[in-house]
Amino acid sequence: MAIEGADLIKAAAFLGAGLAMGLGAIGPGIGEGMTAAKACEAIGQNPNEAGLLTRTMLVGQAVAESTGIYSLVVALLLLFVV
Amino acid sequence: MQWNPETIVAVAAYAGAGICMGFGAVGAAIGEGYTAAQANHAVSRNTDLSGDVFKNMLVGQAVAESASIFALVIAILLMFLNFQGAPLIKAPALFGAGLCMGLGALGSGIGSGLPGGQACFGIARQPAVTGRLTTNMLIGSAVCQTPAIFAMVVALLLIFIDFSSVPLRPGWAALIGAGLSTGLAAIGSGYGGGVAAGASCEGVARQPLAVAPVTTTMLVGQAVAQTPAIFGLLVSFILLFRGIPASESLAPAMALLAAGLCTGLGGIGPGIGNGQVAGGAVRWVARNSAIATDLMRVMLVGQAVSQSTAIYAMVVSLVLIFVV
Repeated sequence: MAIEGADLIKAAAFLGAGLAMGLGAIGPGIGEGMTAAKACEAIGQNPNEAGLLTRTMLVGQAVAESTGIYSLVVALLLLFVV
Repeated sequence: MQWNPETIVAVAAYAGAGICMGFGAVGAAIGEGYTAAQANHAVSRNTDLSGDVFKNMLVGQAVAESASIFALVIAILLMFLNFQGAPLIKAPALFGAGLCMGLGALGSGIGSGLPGGQACFGIARQPAVTGRLTTNMLIGSAVCQTPAIFAMVVALLLIFIDFSSVPLRPGWAALIGAGLSTGLAAIGSGYGGGVAAGASCEGVARQPLAVAPVTTTMLVGQAVAQTPAIFGLLVSFILLFRGIPASESLAPAMALLAAGLCTGLGGIGPGIGNGQVAGGAVRWVARNSAIATDLMRVMLVGQAVSQSTAIYAMVVSLVLIFVV
């Protein structure tokens, strides 16, 4: 079976999109989980500061999320633009 | 060189069996080793309780073992079922079944060992609540086994469904993708559920009166940690049962394979992360059960954010299957 060049490029773009989003999701998932775990522990120790701790957790998680969003953007670019 | 389909199906079945049992043995062995290490630690702390600790260790290890027994069952089916006269499309299905069960047993095996170990150590700390600790351990580690059971369901479907109506191209990629999706996604959820269950056994030993809120928080946290495995199962079912048009080109095949890889790999991180969040919350519900509802709320918010990348991965997979 002969594979045409355009077909091969599309196939690579699809595989790349899957790998980019799949592998890219691992880090944020673990990192944000660690953040939230520590936030739960901190609120347990000091329940009066729950609001401040939740805010800090969410801001920290948002930053950790950024690489997941980069992965999503790259995956969508590979799927629809390239 | 030309091989007949029967040879290729047999090669795929045996290679799948090897991968299945090889990967499948890793997780349970690590988990059981952790349980035994904690049991030794517990006995050295309180030698009078060695009988109780020993009993609990064996029960905990037996649950962790089940993940690798699932892998053994699938490996034996792949080796000894008769696939003579099967069409060529059976080859990727059998290889995918081996991948699915082998990878799927990893996380559940490690995860189930964590509550076993913490329960053994808890018995040495609080001998009066031995029964409660064992119950809590069994509930927690049973939930850890669910991702491995999902993997076994998909592996059995891949082995026993008749795929002769599925076109070989790009059907091969859909079947291997279906195995990878559930198998990989089960890793994170199995381990994450174990972190939550381990924290709950530690919590019950620390504060036996808080057993009710601790168990509730553990179960809610574990349920959320299971969702990446459920996403993996969903994508597997779509790949297995959606009618795929035949196509000689490579791109549709890669799209289906990448869809399976994407949801599978993407589920690993959120599964582990959600489990850690649940573990942190459970640990402090035990110490300070007055604020159990506040902790549950923060846990769910934190888990929802950690979950987001698994959802992105599933969206990209669905785009790969249905749009491009």
